[in-house]
Parts: sequence; structure tokens; C-alpha cells
Amino acid sequence: MCGIAGIIYREGTHEVGRDMTRMLQSMKHRGPDSTGYALYRPYDHHLVMRYKLADANTPRDFEFADRLARHQGQVLQRLRSMDARIHEVDEETEYAYRAAFELPNGNLKELADRIEDIPDCEVLSLGHSLEIVKDLGDAEEVAGQYDLRGFTGTHAIGHVRMATESDVDISGAHPYWAYPFTDVAVVHNGQLTNYFQWKRRLERSGHRFQSECDSEIIAVYLAEKMSEGATLEDAMKDSLEELDGVFTYIAVTAEALGVCKDEMAAKPLVLYESDGVVALASEEIAIRAVIDREIDTYDPYEGEVLVWQR
Amino acid sequence: MAAVGERRVSYDARGLAEPHAEAPRVAEVEDGRAVFDARDLTTRQINLELRRLLYEEDVADVTVQNPGSKHSLGVGILTRCRITFEGSLGYFGCGLVDGPEVHVKGRVGWSACENMMSGVVVVDGNAGSLTGAALRGGDVVVKGRVGARSGIDQKGGTIISLGDAGSMTGFMMQRGRQILCGDVGPGLGDSMYDGTIYVAGKVKSLGIDCVPGEWTDADTELIERKFRIYGLGEPPAFQKFVCGKKLYNYDNLEPSERKLVL
Repeated sequence: MCGIAGIIYREGTHEVGRDMTRMLQSMKHRGPDSTGYALYRPYDHHLVMRYKLADANTPRDFEFADRLARHQGQVLQRLRSMDARIHEVDEETEYAYRAAFELPNGNLKELADRIEDIPDCEVLSLGHSLEIVKDLGDAEEVAGQYDLRGFTGTHAIGHVRMATESDVDISGAHPYWAYPFTDVAVVHNGQLTNYFQWKRRLERSGHRFQSECDSEIIAVYLAEKMSEGATLEDAMKDSLEELDGVFTYIAVTAEALGVCKDEMAAKPLVLYESDGVVALASEEIAIRAVIDREIDTYDPYEGEVLVWQR
Repeated sequence: MAAVGERRVSYDARGLAEPHAEAPRVAEVEDGRAVFDARDLTTRQINLELRRLLYEEDVADVTVQNPGSKHSLGVGILTRCRITFEGSLGYFGCGLVDGPEVHVKGRVGWSACENMMSGVVVVDGNAGSLTGAALRGGDVVVKGRVGARSGIDQKGGTIISLGDAGSMTGFMMQRGRQILCGDVGPGLGDSMYDGTIYVAGKVKSLGIDCVPGEWTDADTELIERKFRIYGLGEPPAFQKFVCGKKLYNYDNLEPSERKLVL
């Protein structure tokens, strides 16, 4: 089933962490397995990297803590070896970290590849605005664990997951970062049927996939199109033709938020637009969790692509 | 510790079902009319309060304030009454009802009026997909637009939409009527068995075995009557679509049956 949500303010910064937590918590019944956030701050010259060194349900063996400490040391060492000027490193949970740094002369793909070369390490997001946080449990739990309620920013998307196509773990949780492109993230509700075809195609052009989850290809697919010069809207329109299956997905960049609904209109989406904010979710109850009054909403039709720019 | 026989079993893995909920008794009743505020009530409490008023207190007119887009409200009401929701409903609103006249002063989500037997549901706003799925009787009037697959598996009754309609409208419809005043998406009336779909706007594409039908006086009479009843003004000009019956193979025997006959 899964539930997706997105919110974008047209002006200024707002408490998007709190908003998204409310939206996702009200849709808990659509997916109790894991909850994920992609939150956007205004552009900052620091790069923020969110990464994990183990999964939430990795068996805690004898050497677990030692291994984590060793791997964390390697992450910092590799960052320094690429001339990154580390600003701050936070341990968010036992296994998830957030590092802010400047990277004057380095390419992001190389950085991500070097970091992910460390055993069990996965880069969840990398960007000047984007921060992806995902973990097992409902929105209240994840927001509490990662202290997201105070997060102020410009826009955000989120996902509550009912696992169908792959395991219940952080790697299989949404949103997906579009490795190796900064600041692109996707949440998806549905199933893709030409997943392996696209996965092989994208792997041949040098991309890596961290999970077995079909939704991961949407992010990389869009990012590759955009790196070839397409706008987000054009890339999403192409996906209507080139991705098979049923899907409603929300894609975000640092400046835009877009939604795409497949030709069958098989997965739900409710949309609310006002002068100040655009909010969308699988169920209206999620929108009402942040806009607590009677509002006019509608469901986009099949094959629609809508993009809002900031 | 309770003996095995006494232990109350409740399945509430996700904290959503409330097996022990009771009607909250918050409604104000006056002259056979009741009003209550649903803002702080759960889905089950709202439905239990509705039932208490309609079945136990013999109230025939209930107004629910602040339904707040909650799912599954007003479901399974099997008596003649009047229910007003002063706001929007979530998914599965007014499903499985038999008899009530419902007025939703907002929108409804997916699968509104699913399997309705009789009665009237008037929605002031838009409706989601699967509106009137497996509808058996009664009228569903949506003053905004409807989503995809409205009247899927419809077996009777009438669905009226003043706005546009999505794809696969009237998919596998078996009886009943749809009166659609706006444009309609692709696959209209796909694989329909019977029934009639009237469309005033543009049709993006017809589904398999859905064909234009011949207009009769009965069609004019029906549409004028429905517009008059619901105060929808002067009806626009409609096209009529019916089943082409090219997929009818009821006379052909199944291979196993053929053996029996021989």
C-alpha cells in the first residue's frame, strides 16, 4: 500500500519537519514498517551527507560497537583524504550519522563511491539542501529519534512504507536519493514491472543501487535525464512512457517539487493548492493534519505531471 | 490471571481497530434532530454515535460537524433518515448504506457510496476514484469532478457528476445509469455488460465494447427528472453510450459443458 506526502511553501522557510511528521503519522495505517523523510533547507555552501554504517535490524554481535567505531573512523579519514573540510559530524543514532563539510575540489560520485566502499556503509543523501532520514517505525518514533520536529526548511516529502517488493530495513525504505546527483529525492507508491530492465541499463552507465527496491530506479532515472539537460518536468513526462507498472511518485530537487501519476491512475493522490503552500498526500487526512480546516482538494487524473517551482 | 475461557481476545496490532469502543453520547438532541461534533472522536466512535441516534433514539435527522476527512464514516446505515456531514469525508464514506439521504458539504475520497443499496448521497465537492463502486441502487450526485473508475461494477442506481470524470469510467458496469456533465477520460465503459452512460463533454476514448446508443424519449425524461429533483438547472445536451454486446458469448458452451451435451 504505502503512503506518500509532500509539502512545498512558496515563500520563506517553515517548520517542514514538524509538518511532515504530522502528515506521515496520520497515514500510519498505510504503512507501519518504516518512515522516511527528505527535508530541504535553503541552499548552504556546506555539503551535508547522511549515512548509515549498519541497518536498524542488523544482528548486534560481539564486535558490533567496535566495528561501527572503526568504520566511522574510516569515513572521516576518507573525507579528509579527499580534502574535505569537515565542519561538524553528528551521531544521530547508534548507526546513522550526519556530516557537514566543504568539498572544494572533488566530485560527488567519487566521494560517494569511496564512502560506500567501507563495509555496510550506505550514503542516504548528499546535497547542499537535501537531508534524507529514514528508519523503522512510525513518524513519531523516527522524528523523535532524529530530532526532526525542529527542522526548518522550504519543502519536504515523506513516505510510510508497507513493504511488498523487498525487505523491511533502512535500505528498502524511501525516500531515495538519486545517487550520485545532489539534492534529488523520490518517494513512490506502487510497483514497477520493468525494474530489472532499467536497473541493468542504469548500472551499465555507472550507477550503483543500494537496495532491491524498485522505487530506487525512479530517482536515478530522473537524475540521469536531468544531468543530460532535461528539466524535472520533462524527465517526469518521459517516465510515463518509459516506466511500466503502477505508480504515483513525488520527485524533488532543491528548487522544485513534482508529482507524476501513471496511465492507470491506480494509486491515490489528493492535492491542495493555495497562495502560500502546496500540500499533497495519498489521503486527504494527511493534508488536514497540517491545514486544520475545511479545504478544497482534488485528485489529479491519469498521466498527469505537475511541478511547482520555488 | 484470568482463566483461558474468560480472556478477552482483541486484535489491535496497529492500534486502529477499537474493539471495545462505545458510543460517546455527545449529541445534542432537539425536536427529533441531533447535532454532534466529530472533531475529537475516532471513526468508530462517530459511527457508533450515528447508530445510537438513528436506531436507539429514533432520531431521523443527524448533523455531523467537523468530520475532518476521516475514513469510513456513515457506513452501513440501514434505515431511512437524513444525515448531513458539514465537511469532507475520507475514503469509503457512506458505503453499504440502505435508505439514508446524505448530504456531504465537502468532498469525498475514494470508494464513496460503495455497494449502496438505496438512498441519496449528494456531495458538494469533488469525489475520488471508484465512486459508487458496485452501486446497487439509489442516486449519487457529485457536484464537482469524480476520479477514475467511477461506477466500476455498477449493478443499478444512478451516478451524476457535474464535473469531469477520470479514466475507465463505468468499467465492467452491469446495470444502472451514469450522467456525466463534463469531459471523460480514456476507456469509457470498458467491458461494460449493460447499463447506460450519458456524457455531455468530450470523451477521450471509448473502452472495449462500449458504443454510442440510440437516444429515446425515455432518456430525455430521465435526465430532466433527475436534474429537476436535485435542482441542477437546465440539462446540457448528452451523448448516450451503451454496451455493444460484441463480447457476449453466453450462448457458447464451456468445453466441459460441451462434453456433457454430447
